[in-house]
Amino acid sequence: MVPDADAGSSGSNANDLQAPPPLPPRRMLSTERGTLQVTPAQSTPTTAVSSVDISTLSFPDGSRGTFTTSAMRAVSTPINTGSGRVSPSLGPPSGDLAESMSVMSFAPTMKPAGDLASLVAGGLNRKSRAWQLLRSQSATVQPFQTRDTGMGSGLTGFEREFDNIPDITVQGTTDDDRVALWKSKLKHYMILSSAGKPIYSRHGDLSLINSSMGVVQTIISFYEGAKDPLMGFTAGNTRFVVATEGPLYFVAISKLGESDSQLRSQLDALYMQILSTLTLPTLKNIFVHRPSTDLRKPLEGTESLLSSLADSFTKGSPSALLGALECLRLRKSQRHSINNAFLKMRNDKLLYGLIVAGGKLVSVIRPRKHSLHPSDLQLIFNMLFESGGVKAGGGENWIPLCLPAFNNRGYLYMYVSFFDGNPESNSAEPVQDRSDSEDEIAIILISADKESFYDLKEIRDKVAQQLSKNGSLTIIKAAAAGGRPKIPAIAAGAQISHFLYKSRANVQFCMSSLEPAFGGSGDDEPAKMVARRKLMSLYHQLHASMHAKHTHLKVLHCVGEDAASLAWITPIFELYCVAGPNISRQVMTQGANKIIQWAKKEEERLFIIGGGVF
Amino acid sequence: MADSANAPKPSSSVKLVLLGEAAVGKSSLVLRFVNNDFQENKEPTIGAAFLTQKCNLPTRTIKFEIWDTAGQERFASLAPMYYRNAQAALVVYDLTKPTSLVKAKHWVAELQRQASPGIVIALVGNKLDLTNDGAGSGAAESGDDSGDARKITTEEAKTYAEEEGLLFFETSAKTGYNVTEVFTAIANAIPETSLKSARGPGASHAAGRTEEQRVNLNGPRDPNAKEGCAC
Repeated sequence: MVPDADAGSSGSNANDLQAPPPLPPRRMLSTERGTLQVTPAQSTPTTAVSSVDISTLSFPDGSRGTFTTSAMRAVSTPINTGSGRVSPSLGPPSGDLAESMSVMSFAPTMKPAGDLASLVAGGLNRKSRAWQLLRSQSATVQPFQTRDTGMGSGLTGFEREFDNIPDITVQGTTDDDRVALWKSKLKHYMILSSAGKPIYSRHGDLSLINSSMGVVQTIISFYEGAKDPLMGFTAGNTRFVVATEGPLYFVAISKLGESDSQLRSQLDALYMQILSTLTLPTLKNIFVHRPSTDLRKPLEGTESLLSSLADSFTKGSPSALLGALECLRLRKSQRHSINNAFLKMRNDKLLYGLIVAGGKLVSVIRPRKHSLHPSDLQLIFNMLFESGGVKAGGGENWIPLCLPAFNNRGYLYMYVSFFDGNPESNSAEPVQDRSDSEDEIAIILISADKESFYDLKEIRDKVAQQLSKNGSLTIIKAAAAGGRPKIPAIAAGAQISHFLYKSRANVQFCMSSLEPAFGGSGDDEPAKMVARRKLMSLYHQLHASMHAKHTHLKVLHCVGEDAASLAWITPIFELYCVAGPNISRQVMTQGANKIIQWAKKEEERLFIIGGGVF
Repeated sequence: MADSANAPKPSSSVKLVLLGEAAVGKSSLVLRFVNNDFQENKEPTIGAAFLTQKCNLPTRTIKFEIWDTAGQERFASLAPMYYRNAQAALVVYDLTKPTSLVKAKHWVAELQRQASPGIVIALVGNKLDLTNDGAGSGAAESGDDSGDARKITTEEAKTYAEEEGLLFFETSAKTGYNVTEVFTAIANAIPETSLKSARGPGASHAAGRTEEQRVNLNGPRDPNAKEGCAC
């Protein structure tokens, strides 16, 4: 971006005049500010300004101050390519400074005892009075507000992402229209057999995608043949990631800026869904006997499960990103009494017992020897809460399924019942239509014995009776209806707009309410969806930076044009938080500290620690 | 009869199983019967669903314990668990899809071979709303109109049902036409004697235990094995 500074200086200056007023630069003398924005040669001295900045900011390693800005960009946002969030051509001059500032936040982490406190305490944040004044006025800007046009967010058309591509039978749509629609989707998932038979595609019917599948198969097979398996490639702003699992090829095509490993774990979840339907030995057998088998027949009826899983990734799932589960926040004593009721009513047919409210875990009971793997629970939650197949029918369900992380060779049997208003009734009354899945309470009982339906039903009836007698059901309902905690209640005065907190030991996470900052306006569902995807994209970038190979980051502070974010990882927890673009690091870290303290204090309410063990 | 109306009617449980090809409308029939509701584009059942509904007859009350099974081929090996000790079965096909009647005939044969000897079987042709008879008069046989999606004539199915001694209905879960009638007819067809022998889920459950080892889902899959050696 530096090289064309002279040639394009007048042009970019004109751009600046038309564009919305640039954000206040993060750190500059107020006298310098004017000059920087007006002089045509604004971009030329970028490096100089940065190095001055860095030297005054007392970088521990002097040589770092001479880094070029492009190198810094590579460090601070390694996966920026696809998202276009901070595209170099659009970035106002202050962007460079913001980038270099974010690099700066690496420095204190290199000290052995480096933590956020030292970040805050150090002289790094000394600012002029005028700047403090300016910042305090703009601190109320919410994340992503500055980019309301959606331009450059990479999410153009995201609100139509999940619309169906019209059937060939629909009058007035030509094949060209359908292909154009298909290409406009920001995310694709494809599954095909190594023989090239299509198995699943999120968008488009067979007639539409058959040729694309053929191309994909040819490309992958070529590399397979050369004993150099293809892992992924980039075309324009689209990233292709390929995963090979035995006889199956999985392809993710994304314009949403996820990292390779994130896309790969999404593909892995789709593979787990297939294993959950078929088991590994069955899948292998099918292809050993006939490599050209059409797997769509054995998988019939599970397309909706694959699609709801895929869509949860496309919408952005914190649970999938962190590989962790969310629990319903309850008092320790309340959870204890639920666990105890559950444990008392169990019989020897029961392997695992779960109570889940609106996709959040309420209680788990399990044998001492076995624990439940989050990826298995993700499949169960997807089946029960994202895809409509189970809850729509009403009644009780008896579902054979394989939990691949538990044992990919055989089936377990899952009893599912949604609690209704009248839990005492032995006959499961039909669940009322609910627009919202937030308050649905389900009991899930898993057994290895396929004949144990009535045994598990007996547990369910007793547990339901007990929970409603001791008031636990009311407590669960109230907690589920209360929603996620809001930031002001957690960290009063903190300017943070949203956070994710993962407890690494418990493999569970909690997050703050998406309202109001990411709730969109009222019932505007598309706007809500886009706002949430922006937030999730940012979390994906943070997560990718923190977890990139050979990076041993502890703290990462990023400032972009439209949002500031902070990631903080210790052996105990991972914290990701997002705030408006003008929040100083000091304010941000103070907020983060408050959240950590809150999470520590509330640990036994937020997370299930151990669960009921028998 | 006047005084018997005041006394509580005898009540008995009947285990009923629904079988049939995928997407013929088994769950929709149950939803209509239990909930008097209908959902367009319902997602496929996974495994099986268990529901109950009472059916009031003049002399007694029948409590149906309904097993609504998934129609996909991979669940076929689990079916014996559901039809074992069942006193009634609904074998459903789609009036607009000939292969679904073939599948229904397979289920009838399997039930006659393997289920309890006294089982009451009803053959049900669903999706009548897609045919010209959909308006309601199920007897009318109009036929050749362009809007008619019917592929299986009433005669064809009816003749088959009579040969096999099955109850026969054409229904629409969408409009509700004939749905309650199917269940009432089944309730009436269940002999009093069989009601006494099996009462409540506990009874049928205990009996089910003896045959526990009959089906093994983890073993080699029949459908796939067949597919494997077919060519």
